Amino acid sequence: MLTWLILIPFIGGLLSWQAERFGNKAPRWIALISMFSLFACTLNLWLKYDYSLANLASGQSVWAEELQVNWIPRFGISFHLALDGLSILMLLLTAFLGVLAVVCSWSEVKRKVGFFHLNLLWILGAVAGVFLALDMFLFFFFWEMMLIPMYFLISLWGHKSVEGNSRVGAATKFFIYTQASGLLLLVAIVGLVFVHYMQTNVLTFDYAALRNTQMSAGMEMTLMLGFFIAFAVKFPVVPFHAWLPDAHSQAPTAGSVDLAGILLKTAAYGMLRFAIPFFPNASQEIAPLAMWLGVAGIIYGAFVAYSQDDIKRLIAYTSISHMGFVLIGIYSFNQLALQGVVVQMLAHGVSAAGLFIISGQLYERLKTRDLNKMGGLSARLSGIPPIAMFFAAASLGLPGLGNFVGEFLILLGTFQVNMVVALFATSGLVLGAVYSLIMVQRSLHGAAQSNEPLAGINARELTMMVSLILIMVWLGLYPQPVLDTSAAVMNSIEQIITTSQSIPAAQ
Amino acid sequence: MTLTLENLEGLLPLLLTCATTVIVMLAIAIKRNHWWNATVTVVGLNIALLSTVYVVVKPYFFPDATPLLPQTMTPLFVIDGFSLFFSALILISALGAATLTNAYIESSKRNREEIYLLLTIATSGGLVLCYSHHMASLFIGLEMMSIALYGMVAYTYDRARSLEAAIKYMVLSAAASSIMLFGIALIYAQIGSLSFSEIGAKITQVPSMLIVIGGMMTVIGLFFKLSLAPFHLWTPDVYEGAPAPIGAFLATAAKVAVFAVLVRFIVIESKTLLASMPFVITIIVIACISMLIGNLLALKQNNIKRMLGYSSIAHFGYLLLLVLVGGPQFGLEGFAVYLTIYVVTSLAAFGVVTLMSTADAKRDADMLNDYRGLFWRRPYLASIFTLALFSLAGIPLTAGFIGKFYVVTAAVGAGLWGWIALAFVVLGSAISIYFYLRTIISLFLAKKHMHRFDAEINWGQRTGGIMVLGAAAFILVIGIIPNPLMFLAQLTQLIWVAP
Repeated sequence: MLTWLILIPFIGGLLSWQAERFGNKAPRWIALISMFSLFACTLNLWLKYDYSLANLASGQSVWAEELQVNWIPRFGISFHLALDGLSILMLLLTAFLGVLAVVCSWSEVKRKVGFFHLNLLWILGAVAGVFLALDMFLFFFFWEMMLIPMYFLISLWGHKSVEGNSRVGAATKFFIYTQASGLLLLVAIVGLVFVHYMQTNVLTFDYAALRNTQMSAGMEMTLMLGFFIAFAVKFPVVPFHAWLPDAHSQAPTAGSVDLAGILLKTAAYGMLRFAIPFFPNASQEIAPLAMWLGVAGIIYGAFVAYSQDDIKRLIAYTSISHMGFVLIGIYSFNQLALQGVVVQMLAHGVSAAGLFIISGQLYERLKTRDLNKMGGLSARLSGIPPIAMFFAAASLGLPGLGNFVGEFLILLGTFQVNMVVALFATSGLVLGAVYSLIMVQRSLHGAAQSNEPLAGINARELTMMVSLILIMVWLGLYPQPVLDTSAAVMNSIEQIITTSQSIPAAQ
Repeated sequence: MTLTLENLEGLLPLLLTCATTVIVMLAIAIKRNHWWNATVTVVGLNIALLSTVYVVVKPYFFPDATPLLPQTMTPLFVIDGFSLFFSALILISALGAATLTNAYIESSKRNREEIYLLLTIATSGGLVLCYSHHMASLFIGLEMMSIALYGMVAYTYDRARSLEAAIKYMVLSAAASSIMLFGIALIYAQIGSLSFSEIGAKITQVPSMLIVIGGMMTVIGLFFKLSLAPFHLWTPDVYEGAPAPIGAFLATAAKVAVFAVLVRFIVIESKTLLASMPFVITIIVIACISMLIGNLLALKQNNIKRMLGYSSIAHFGYLLLLVLVGGPQFGLEGFAVYLTIYVVTSLAAFGVVTLMSTADAKRDADMLNDYRGLFWRRPYLASIFTLALFSLAGIPLTAGFIGKFYVVTAAVGAGLWGWIALAFVVLGSAISIYFYLRTIISLFLAKKHMHRFDAEINWGQRTGGIMVLGAAAFILVIGIIPNPLMFLAQLTQLIWVAP
């Protein structure tokens, strides 16, 4: 079953590539069907197991479903997949946004449709692999694999930026940033494996075995930094963020949706799943720094977002701001904040996807993403402005919508751990209002550039938007199912930290 | 020392290749026929390839017969798993180059047959290198291979670049050979022996800086052939000037042979040389410089063959590092795995360039512009090229990643030196991604002008095309299931002549 979650997108991608010879319709339908079946599979897995009852006491994760097959015995590498509360939520998000990504490019992408869907689906397959892999080699394998199709997506179907930078440049920047940090991750993984090998004489890349590795404080710090930097680039944490705005603004809509909605989440997932459990002591040492980096991200992202002219760049910077909350939440090691992190990730995935899809729809109608050339759109087209208003409100953290729940929980949890950080982070909610409203103001209100009416929203777009809105409201009003699902995992992470606190670090 | 039948049986791959050379020569003398001569060459090389398998598996089928492995045959040759593995690799690359040559030269109006003769001579030279553990056989093998290569590089003599490359290669190569001879003489003066293992044994008894210097000079001669920085200056010009299929041979078979003998010399038989700190540090520095220089100089190349030349410098830097710091656990196994992967990948990359070019055109299809939009004209050929370039960049899902994984694993396990060198590996790889991506993306961009070069429409049904398809399949399969290759690489060490 778990293998199918990975195989469906891969096979679907190959099929839709080949289906191009039957016209442009066929690849789209094949992609849509495979994404829907992926979504159905994950939904089924979510409803099938009770994730809240996983072993709370021992601090060890318990897998709802697991699969392990020998792969490269020479290095102790196995094809090891497993599912728990955290991964199922991430997979649900992946599959859902996957469906949206296919639907939203229905009329945007007209060239080389088959190859486009091949890339789109392979990203999703690789991401599903990242969320499921429990063997470090396998994890790295998928981690790198999702870059290649993303690179093609940006460089072949992207748009020129408002400033005129080429899309190939943006894609290359994205690839080099992530690939170089990926190599650091590989080095750190192999280093960890070797430390484990020195102790036990067993060469293995398995998650469970490596978690019991004892190491000196210096070694732990070095290896942890390898993991942390790799994830921080993808996150993106502020000094490593330069690739994100370019990649976002030049990517096609589907690419932006995947990038903001899913790819950034893989980094947060990597921290929760690997960086912290492997290196609890070093993680605690770096926690204050990480939280302040998060604060920097929130404030910096918000300020820079405010001054953007390109609407997609604006949304990209709001992503940096929102992910700052996630980083703070993760490194507060507080159950409440960690729960907030999960909600925030889902909510940001949905709200960012919504905003990107809207800007894609505006681009299709106006052929520009420059806010200076918009203005007064609410008079010119029907349907889209209120929806844009809704997602802007979600993005600024309006109570009753998903982002509010996430940010509120994170702040509440962080407040118990580090009051000053929480204090500064709260400013993000105010700044969020500023950039969200300026976006609405500049695009929808004010004097219209022309009086010519534009095409209103059509049924396909409306369905997408309504489904996003429903999920947003559901996350805002009744997040309990999500919290129940992730509670056990988050609890075990808190446990890992408290246990390592009670035992003095090995010198 | 008497020769036995078993001795000759062990040497079958070399003997059969030499026999092929003679037969090809006679066949040309009897009748000039391109198809016929190419077929004789390919069949001969295939038989030689099969004989390597025969030598390895014979004990399993005839348990009573004297095992062929391992054995030393005269002081010059040693026959063991190591030499057979690399002989097979050389024969495979020679076969690849031969099929590519066939596709490349078929429509040419010049004399097409002699190139196969040169190819088999160079291959025999390469095999001699694989078997040798003696300075004399090393030198003979090296020259036999190089001299044939000069002729091959200059085969398209009506192109000025081709001639220039050949002359440059010949002059510099001769200089390197003389440095090497001088080094060998220095060693002989101190030790009184030319055999690798005796040199290794006596170094500890005759402590002298002259031996280290002599060893260094010998090794520099080999580094020149491997085009490691700072001995790389000839590489881009020769890669650019040589006809594409010859470039493939140069990048694969020639490099494998030299690297195999280098490893046998400094890592296996005379490993006491590595006890000398200045020696080791020099080599590690050379490896690190090669990674950096190769990747940096490749950044701005618009010529695919030059780009591949520079990237080969970097790859041999990684490989040298892997051999040095890998230790008993990963060094030689990783060496065999990495080199095999590199060879197949290079064959695929050069193969695509070859299939796009013909011998009688003014130049090969080697400019980046020639490949713009190839994916929309020849999707499978462009996919193969993409795969090969990703493999060279070491991206997962391709075999290249397994090679890079070995390098990282070996370096991480090697302590301080490994970690320092690792910084160069990471830096070099990060730089290299830029130019590989640059090449890859141009395959997919829309074309701006009429294309001058194109592969024939039925390229996939011809020998060269089939070879390239096979190489691509190898890259993909080994990238996902590397176990068989690892098994073979481990086998090279099981059947071993104790040094």
